[in-house]
Amino acid sequence: MTFRQAYYDEPLLFEKRSPREASVDLAGLVPPKLRRERLAIPDLTEQDVVRHYTRLSQMNFGVDSGFYPLGSCTMKYNPKFAEELAGLPTVTRVHPDQDESTVQGSLRLLHELQIALARIAGMDAVTLQPAAGAHGEFTGLLLARAYHRDRGEERTQVLLPDTAHGTNFASAGMLGFDVVTIPSKDGRVDLKALGAAANEKTLAFMLTNPNTLGIFEEHVLELARIVHDAGALLYYDGANFNAILGRTSPGKMDFDIVHFNLHKTFSTPHGGGGPGAGPVGVKAFLQAFLPYPVIAFDGTRYRLDYDRPKSIGKVRAWYGNFALLVRAYAYILRHGAEGLRAVSDHAVLNANYLRHRLDGVLDVPFSGFRKHEFVASAAGLAGRGVRTVDIAKRLMDFGFHPPTVYFPQLVEEALMIEPTESETRETLDRFADTLARIVKEDPALVRGAPHNTSVARVDEVLAAREPVLSWRAAQTRKPTAL
Amino acid sequence: MDSDADEMLRALGLRSVDDLFADIPATVRLDGLDLPEGLSEQEVVARVTSILSANRSMDAMPTFLGGGVYDHYVPATVRAITSRSEFYTAYTPYQAELSQGILQSLWEYQSLICELVGMDAANTSMYDASTALGEAALMAKRIHGGRVFLIPRAIRWNRKSVLANYAIGSGLEIREIDYDRTTGMLDLDTLRDAVTPDVCGVYVENPTFFGRFEEELDEVRAIATDAVFVVGVNPIAQAIVRPPGDLGADIVIGEGQALGNPVNFGGPLLGIFACRQEHVRKMPGRVIGLTKDAHGHRAFCMTLQTREQHIRREKAMSNICTNEALLAVGSAVYMATLGSTGLRRLAAENVCRARDLAAAIDGIDGLEAPMFPGAHFNEFTVRARGGYERVHEGLLARGVHGGLPLKRQLPEFADAALYATTERHRPEDVQRLVAALREAVA
Repeated sequence: MTFRQAYYDEPLLFEKRSPREASVDLAGLVPPKLRRERLAIPDLTEQDVVRHYTRLSQMNFGVDSGFYPLGSCTMKYNPKFAEELAGLPTVTRVHPDQDESTVQGSLRLLHELQIALARIAGMDAVTLQPAAGAHGEFTGLLLARAYHRDRGEERTQVLLPDTAHGTNFASAGMLGFDVVTIPSKDGRVDLKALGAAANEKTLAFMLTNPNTLGIFEEHVLELARIVHDAGALLYYDGANFNAILGRTSPGKMDFDIVHFNLHKTFSTPHGGGGPGAGPVGVKAFLQAFLPYPVIAFDGTRYRLDYDRPKSIGKVRAWYGNFALLVRAYAYILRHGAEGLRAVSDHAVLNANYLRHRLDGVLDVPFSGFRKHEFVASAAGLAGRGVRTVDIAKRLMDFGFHPPTVYFPQLVEEALMIEPTESETRETLDRFADTLARIVKEDPALVRGAPHNTSVARVDEVLAAREPVLSWRAAQTRKPTAL
Repeated sequence: MDSDADEMLRALGLRSVDDLFADIPATVRLDGLDLPEGLSEQEVVARVTSILSANRSMDAMPTFLGGGVYDHYVPATVRAITSRSEFYTAYTPYQAELSQGILQSLWEYQSLICELVGMDAANTSMYDASTALGEAALMAKRIHGGRVFLIPRAIRWNRKSVLANYAIGSGLEIREIDYDRTTGMLDLDTLRDAVTPDVCGVYVENPTFFGRFEEELDEVRAIATDAVFVVGVNPIAQAIVRPPGDLGADIVIGEGQALGNPVNFGGPLLGIFACRQEHVRKMPGRVIGLTKDAHGHRAFCMTLQTREQHIRREKAMSNICTNEALLAVGSAVYMATLGSTGLRRLAAENVCRARDLAAAIDGIDGLEAPMFPGAHFNEFTVRARGGYERVHEGLLARGVHGGLPLKRQLPEFADAALYATTERHRPEDVQRLVAALREAVA
């Protein structure tokens, strides 16, 4: 398929001609000391504003534009009916401080979503408060800390496999914990290394299963025993949940804490970077520590329960990203038990089929079937002077969003590919054929890619050397890029 | 499974999709989920709509709540643009060449925020104002090194709770500065005593929690000369209030929901975060920078990623990656739609409406509003001499939702509430409130 992205030489809002702003009399309204005389935001016509953003949207690429096989990001189709539901006035025009008696609908939806997520994950209780996956990790580690302290223990180390998502490291670091990295063996956690590292200082071991190579850690129960024998907790990073719906659950695998990425597994749109939602589920023995308020139900009325003496408190304002929670709830209702299992079945089949189609095109280290994603390597193309970044950029010329690149670091020149269940075989075949073509193309053509996007390859080094993050800064710094 | 699936399985040499899960040990295998069967789209829409119909939205009930999120009118342009699926179904723009649209939109968002608050740099968002406060405290510690962070005692309690959690790993001690009992602004004498060399940062809000303008930001700066000065703002008020950057702020945070985003039962929200150029490399969160492409055209890309989790791991400035980008785009559309004139008129109108509503409430026997003198933005305190709880219930019984009861926020305000008003309230909403208040107090 040929693809040409739109390009407009679209001026910045600030570069558009603006008529003189009308003056606003602030006498008596704002104390003289604080009164502002001018605000340098252009006054534009509504049509010019809409054209500006319509043009910019045409220089962007979403799941609705084309295949988006970003590994560990689960870029599945976002159903349109969920968008409509999130736009209901009973969602958008309800204030979070309203009296409980006036928000029974919202509380019921949250309560039912908590139950559904707990069942899917094999957990006993769920908080919907965290705003994103990393925020869920932060919350989960706070819960683990509160649990150990409640038992009179101060534990300071978080164990992480070397394939873990970067956020795991950062969440642990943000809370002041020391990170101990556990090496992999054959693409799985090295049990011996884990056994040697787990001790009375271990707060938790964080793991995603399947891991970021797409490999299922089949010795997960042994791993859980090692962690629990050391008195530590086992944390499930839910980024890869799309692989296991209805096939196994973190609870079944003996995890104590889990975060969900509703913007991955449960199809809420990524919004160009957010908002997401990162609920956290726990086993019963951790329930008392969950953030308040907890949504309680007495059989007739829903209530916000703040009377939680052991609670860690709050991790954000109010109750969570409600408009996203509505979408995820609708998605779960739509699919039901069988439908959710079919989601993972198709996601895993698609990943393995695509991997199979890439035999002889790119190396895929480690043998055996994968779950929802796999990691290929372009290291074999080094002799042709082609690197992973070049392949990624060249894929854009054919209307594909590139896979996740250079992660996990364990694999040299990595391309992490997650097709999701939404894609048809036709799309997967076309993607495989395109990759097969690219690896044989003239290396100069590939290195010069992309050729068909709004702009050519972007100079990221210049941006970082001379960071200009606003129009205001650009006025004083006169950057070379302007 | 459909016929394509069968062929794909055959290509893999498999008979059943179960074979792909054979590596899951029997001991942890699940035989399906304990959930009801799926529904048709039509049934789901009916079910969710019906559940939510038990809510009383602000359409159905005049509501005078604020306290961090505000019910401003959202022009149709915002939804029209943020509903474009090129934006809302995109991922974080790691691949700049394919994502210039959202990159420019977010760079412009950064620029608009910087203009509002007088800073050089802004990130593309934090989760909300409370997590922005937590991140600001950590950033103050990174810049200054001191172990104490000062905040007003009179801020929303949920912000304090979130801040306490964000501070846990840093060794930061949070100390509270009381408000001046006569003015409602920060008590400068208490602040003077509290500012010691180990204070890394001071946080102040304008408008204050009580809705009145904080008029002494420059004095706060002068007292805490050595500390990182963090100012929390209402972005709409900023259209008519001097930017914190002019008053010596190092970091500005705020709740950006008011800029064209619905209240959505409290989420998603938009954490504003901006700082001076010299602090840019210590700032948390995603930022978009200006650069060029290989042909020399202007272009945008994510930048300073070496501060972030995927590169710096446990030494990252923050763990944040997924943020509130679409709300940032929405608020940029909002600001562009209103323009300088629209934003300033709107802000002025909010001040007038709050002044008039407070006067009307103050005229009711048994009620006092506002409790503090001076100009307020769009929010103010109301005291009920006979206790507030009864008033709250009385209003609800009459189909009106009053302000936020302050009992949980500050014990000395057990008989008070925080009322907010915006351009959204129609004259008849205000009349209904005033009539209902009269009856509820009587």
